[in-house]
Amino acid sequence: MNMQHHASLALSSQATGATPQSLAHPGPEALVLREPAPRAAVAGEAHPHGSEAVPRRPSMTRDPSQTHPLGRWLVWGGFALLLLVAPKLFTSNLSVTMLSQMGIAIIACLSYNMLLGQGGMLSFGHAVYTGLGSYLAIHALNAVGAGTLALPVSLVPLVGGVAGLVFAVLFGYVTTRKSGTPFAMITLGMAELVFAMSLMFSEFFGGEAGVSGNRVVGQPFWGISFGPAVQVYYLIAAYTFVCVVLMFAFTQTPLGRILNAVRDNPERVEFIGYNTQRVRYTAFIISGFFAGVAGGLACLLFEIVTAEVVGAARSGAYLLFTFLGGATFFFGPIIGGVLMVLASVLLSELTKAWLLYLGLIFLFMVMYAPGGIASLFMMNLRVAAFGKLRQLWVSYLALAVTGLVALAGAGALIEMVYHLQLNAAASDELRFLAVTLNVKAVDCWFGAAFILLTGLGLFELTRRQFRQQWGRIQEEIEKDIQRRELA
Amino acid sequence: MEFFIISMLNGLSYGLLLFMLSSGLTLIFSMMGVLNFAHASFYMVGAYIGYTVAGWIGFWPALLVAPLAVGALGAGFERLALRKVHKFGHVPELLVTFGLSYIALELVQLVWGRTALEFRPPAVLQGPAFTLVHHAVDGLSLVWGAAPSGLCSAADAAVRVACSPFPATRGFMMLVALLMLVALWLLLTRTRIGLVIQAALTHPEMAEALGHNVPRIFMLVFGAGTALAGLAGVIGGSTFVTEPAMAATVGSVIFVVVVVGGMGSLAGAFVASVLIGVIQTFAVAFDVSLITLAQQLGVELSEALKANSVVKLTLSQVAPILPYLFLVLILIFRPKGLLGTREG
Repeated sequence: MNMQHHASLALSSQATGATPQSLAHPGPEALVLREPAPRAAVAGEAHPHGSEAVPRRPSMTRDPSQTHPLGRWLVWGGFALLLLVAPKLFTSNLSVTMLSQMGIAIIACLSYNMLLGQGGMLSFGHAVYTGLGSYLAIHALNAVGAGTLALPVSLVPLVGGVAGLVFAVLFGYVTTRKSGTPFAMITLGMAELVFAMSLMFSEFFGGEAGVSGNRVVGQPFWGISFGPAVQVYYLIAAYTFVCVVLMFAFTQTPLGRILNAVRDNPERVEFIGYNTQRVRYTAFIISGFFAGVAGGLACLLFEIVTAEVVGAARSGAYLLFTFLGGATFFFGPIIGGVLMVLASVLLSELTKAWLLYLGLIFLFMVMYAPGGIASLFMMNLRVAAFGKLRQLWVSYLALAVTGLVALAGAGALIEMVYHLQLNAAASDELRFLAVTLNVKAVDCWFGAAFILLTGLGLFELTRRQFRQQWGRIQEEIEKDIQRRELA
Repeated sequence: MEFFIISMLNGLSYGLLLFMLSSGLTLIFSMMGVLNFAHASFYMVGAYIGYTVAGWIGFWPALLVAPLAVGALGAGFERLALRKVHKFGHVPELLVTFGLSYIALELVQLVWGRTALEFRPPAVLQGPAFTLVHHAVDGLSLVWGAAPSGLCSAADAAVRVACSPFPATRGFMMLVALLMLVALWLLLTRTRIGLVIQAALTHPEMAEALGHNVPRIFMLVFGAGTALAGLAGVIGGSTFVTEPAMAATVGSVIFVVVVVGGMGSLAGAFVASVLIGVIQTFAVAFDVSLITLAQQLGVELSEALKANSVVKLTLSQVAPILPYLFLVLILIFRPKGLLGTREG
């Protein structure tokens, strides 16, 4: 058995030499940790040099030995600074609330990505843990207000976190027994169960009206009463920073690494003596904790919790935006969280058809860029690192222009149909991109369709050209890498 | 007794409707490994297309045209979107169908509006298929169609007469589902294409090596599965209600059915659909709670306990969560599902 370990495995490992003690594996010394690419090692594509698999699918986290420590300090320091100065740059009430929501969404999406990106667990019920965290937190807040619970308001989100953890222990026991598609279906069933229950037990869930609370309770501490929105923002920002650091640290732990291995090749992980179910379960519980913290923060921000926080739409939104942001990189869900708030606050103001646009974007993203925005960003960063981005900018410009033309045509068509459906009685005209369209005029429809088709055709042409060019550049980069390795 | 029969029939018909949906889902899943998250959306689209086509050419042609249209949409979706992500694995495939469910919902609201439509079944199917007359003196009797009013009331006020009608649409639903079940079974086991499908299901490479176009078979299966959902949509939409929320109401239940029956098992899906349909229908009919139970057992409860929301809950209020509780129990005690053969 031990022989086999030594002979066949070079499982995920780390430059720090940490061994997966946390899982009480019988032979931790067998795990020779070599980065990059735990994936390549586990996926059984035995590359002698180990690095070949990286370009095809970059590993979730970059090699600590490759990242300069200064670079890491800069990134985290910059993130902290951004959190600090953001409300100074955007001072209006709306933007402070939006920034607070972004912080919450970032925690929620990152905790979701612990399942989707790092564990390969597609959950349709993540809102259960954020939502139940919210409910427990608001009840705790009300208990604090009533004087039955001595707890500073700033720690109320932790109540949510513990609630999320407890429910993850409870529900995760059932859901994580399976993986892959059955896991997805079971989480959906769990979400429906909790949502149906939320309408049933009105004492706890508050029925249709929900449960409301007041975050300004107790004596102000150092002048902080959490009355003004900015104070709540800084509380959320502090939680966001700590949670992001902790969740990043999780990816570096042996448990985080073995979770990646469970995602990529569960069979092989079983062979080396790990219980994949327990790895998934543990990760699920940790993810539930962070989700609960996000829920607790949301309860402080809105001071009201309604049944929709455990609803399927919320769970779907976490999935959608985590994926859009990019599930294969740690920072992807941060982009996703920001987009989630921007879309649900701004885009929904801009157009009634925003869910349709969102669905279409999501569909195309899954089909053409399954790594999300983060992977697009990283791919271009790689091209730039090899000094080849200059060759591409003309193509990018052409793609953007033709794409925008097609989008304008499609948008005009969709908006006209929506206008016909929703407020045809009001007037026949609508404003779209500084143009007035008349939904009764044939030429408007014809023009929009013409713009759409022209844009689509040109876009397709440029896309084909771009694909060839992109492929060529990637080949050159591969050759460059090989040359450097030989040198 | 008549209550039991009618509830049983109602439960069976609902279960068979669930089977019409879950059979397509199971078929697609067991063939392609794709969980079609948008399956209930195809059901909804089927209902809406059925409504529109029924307005043009009548209900019966719509019953044929709408499933075909939905099947064509499904096959087109498979060809244009699903096939592209096939190489990425099963999770992206699931995600594509998840995205489609958003788009389908929005498009349906865009075309047909956000409110419920009045999708009426044809005159033949309106009204009861038969009526059970329970006469306190003469006993139980069955009358086809609606019972004449004279039968439902006795001249003597002391004699209790109860009439329980069974809707014709529900009978029709059962009929179509059973026909479909038989046709599906015959198609899969007795025809050449069925055998090729079964071969492609277990040994896609071998089937391909023998000269069968497996991607096209996948497209056909996906189209057929969605067409079944469309058929269920026309019938379900005219029996229940045609509204944008109809996809969400059955969507999660059919996933439960597929897991409970055993992933990829058509027979399991049948058993689970009928079981869940019957359980849910009976639960809705019973208005008992723990309080009434305690009273029947002769236990006196305190006032505080009577006000407790858990104790107050009646079985009919709990009915919506029963399928999910069932799912949890099955997963704990029989993770393979009722008739499943593989562990997920």
